[in-house]
Amino acid sequence: MHIIESGNVAAASGVQLSGAQVIAAYPITPQTPLTEKLSELVDAGELNAQYIPVESEHSAMSVCIAASSAGTRAFTATSANGLLYMNEQLHWAAGARLPIVMCVVNRGIGAPWTVWNDHQDAISQRDTGWIQLFCCDHQQIIDTVIQAFRLAETVRIPVMVCYDGYILSHTYMPFDIPEPAAVSRFLPEFAPDWALDPACPANLNTVTLPDIRPDVRGETAPGYMEIRQNLHGDMRRAIDVVADTDAAFAQTFGRGGNPFIEPYRCEDAEYVAVAMGSLSYQLRDVIDVLRQEGLAIGVAGLRLYRPFPNRAVAEALSAKKGVIVFEKAVSYGYEGPLYADIKAALYDCAHRPAVHNYILGLGGREIKTDDLFDSLRTCCGADAPEAREPAFVGLKI
Amino acid sequence: MATNKTTILNLPEEELVHPGNRACSGCGLSIVYRTGLKALGRETILVVPPSCLTVLQGLYPIAATQLPCLNVTFASTAAAATGVLGALRARGKTGVQVAAWAGDGGTSDIGIQALSGACERGEDFIFICYDNEAYMNTGVQRSGTTPQHVLTTTTPISGKQQQKKDMPAIMAAHGIDYVATASAAYPLDLYDKIIKAKTISGPKYIHVHTPCPAGWGFSARYTVKIGRLAVETGLFDLYEQENGNFRLTGASQKLLGKKRKPVDEYFATQTRFKGLDTEKTRAIQEEVDQKWAAHEKVAAGIC
Repeated sequence: MHIIESGNVAAASGVQLSGAQVIAAYPITPQTPLTEKLSELVDAGELNAQYIPVESEHSAMSVCIAASSAGTRAFTATSANGLLYMNEQLHWAAGARLPIVMCVVNRGIGAPWTVWNDHQDAISQRDTGWIQLFCCDHQQIIDTVIQAFRLAETVRIPVMVCYDGYILSHTYMPFDIPEPAAVSRFLPEFAPDWALDPACPANLNTVTLPDIRPDVRGETAPGYMEIRQNLHGDMRRAIDVVADTDAAFAQTFGRGGNPFIEPYRCEDAEYVAVAMGSLSYQLRDVIDVLRQEGLAIGVAGLRLYRPFPNRAVAEALSAKKGVIVFEKAVSYGYEGPLYADIKAALYDCAHRPAVHNYILGLGGREIKTDDLFDSLRTCCGADAPEAREPAFVGLKI
Repeated sequence: MATNKTTILNLPEEELVHPGNRACSGCGLSIVYRTGLKALGRETILVVPPSCLTVLQGLYPIAATQLPCLNVTFASTAAAATGVLGALRARGKTGVQVAAWAGDGGTSDIGIQALSGACERGEDFIFICYDNEAYMNTGVQRSGTTPQHVLTTTTPISGKQQQKKDMPAIMAAHGIDYVATASAAYPLDLYDKIIKAKTISGPKYIHVHTPCPAGWGFSARYTVKIGRLAVETGLFDLYEQENGNFRLTGASQKLLGKKRKPVDEYFATQTRFKGLDTEKTRAIQEEVDQKWAAHEKVAAGIC
């Protein structure tokens, strides 16, 4: 069924179709319409879930951690400082291997206060052990939410579904709502191997020693480091599971096919712009015009940020003359975090393109098409500069 | 009521805490936990934040507790209990108690926001705070419930300047149906209060005074004696507040109309009170006397 609705409603529809059983949320702009919609669906009896209006984001993630530990499909959503307030809980959820799904409606971080979009919130949580997926439009939001539950439950790692605040969350677009029966086939009921249960008592997340230790039966149990290495190993393996999940989704619903990078006019391109989220679609219009001018350029929208699909990135970009990374986040004191990751992914390649970095759109600063033209023209062609310090685009003072 | 009281003769024999756990000798929590789990029974899911209890429960892969237990972050206890309850409802499971079990810091300091939220939402769980009156697991730092003048590792010279936070009163102010205090020195009273809490729906809060030999500075053999002295001097009162009605219970109830032991008898037993002088002690005695004058009026139905 095709409807025209907001990105937040697309996310809520995805959560509804996925049959989330426990939903906890605390309001924060621009996430609020998503959780309002979920509370409405639960109140109206259209979603059979426990909706828990907690007193903070920290508690929202606590509820999800406990509900997931007790064997239910758990969901929450947040933005910006709300995400940061969850920080220790994000590490906890990943360390405890709980398949929680969370929408992060991307917003800049205070201070100073901003309610507008950038990616600093999600990027700053990069090393929490969560899988991080970015969406470019409303269809991807609903599809990615559904895929996220299956992915999370397959690898037992929590998943963040990130989409741009206001630009996607509050704008209206047409999208298809998948058939519930098809979603049920794609995403069966949550059936965890273990859950908190008096019939089978277990003490979860206990203090774990630096070294391995025998249990009461004399069998060797892992130490902290083995457990953490296991999370890392499973995160790396999750790259393949992301691809499998996307393939299965495409087979059922006819959408997908680009689990890591969504290429646009990249095949014969000498230069490729890279971005995450809605910006990668905005860049398509710019690329079309530059193509008319004779520049062989494309855009690659990165959909999976953690685990980082470094092989796919290297494959997509190593043969190019130049790569221009646009990003809405900064690793303060260094450079754009995505820029650093992309350069690292290209390091082992026989041929390495020049890689440029532009920081833009922080705190909702308008990303002007003219600025994108200028940035791309500067980096393409015979007189393009060497890669250099990242430049901020769109500054007015 | 009196006829329903549990005695050592009819306390369940089944132990849900393994012997040989990692608690210090003389640990008041050992008594509280052992008795409390007997009262809660096997159909219980525990939620525990970092505290001495985390250590008592054992180091992976060995556990000292025979009940399912979710260890959670410091600030999240009551929210995590909420999540377990939500999952039980979602799965249609009934008859399982959810009991959160936190120390005084995890309850009255870092845990108070989540606990307040859970009480406001009316979550159907039992929250047990074992109050050993400082951050004992990290090495005796002051907490919100450390009494005034007490020496801790963060109030090492002048003692704590501020008064003890009255956590049960804060909980009662949430309008929940059951708030009680108890003491490690009166385990059967604690047992009966947990049994009663299990019959009440909504949030239940039990605040348990829990002597700590290492943190309070007394010999491990005096845990019960010192816990009793706190009650006998009228410093810590055993009571229930059921549907808003306050009632002294057990040993505290028996003190009504009687002469209490002087507070300095309690202070003299512990090195943490070394900073108290005669004047400060007299001021505390006056406060306790005033509090008990009010208790006498309530018991007599005067106010």
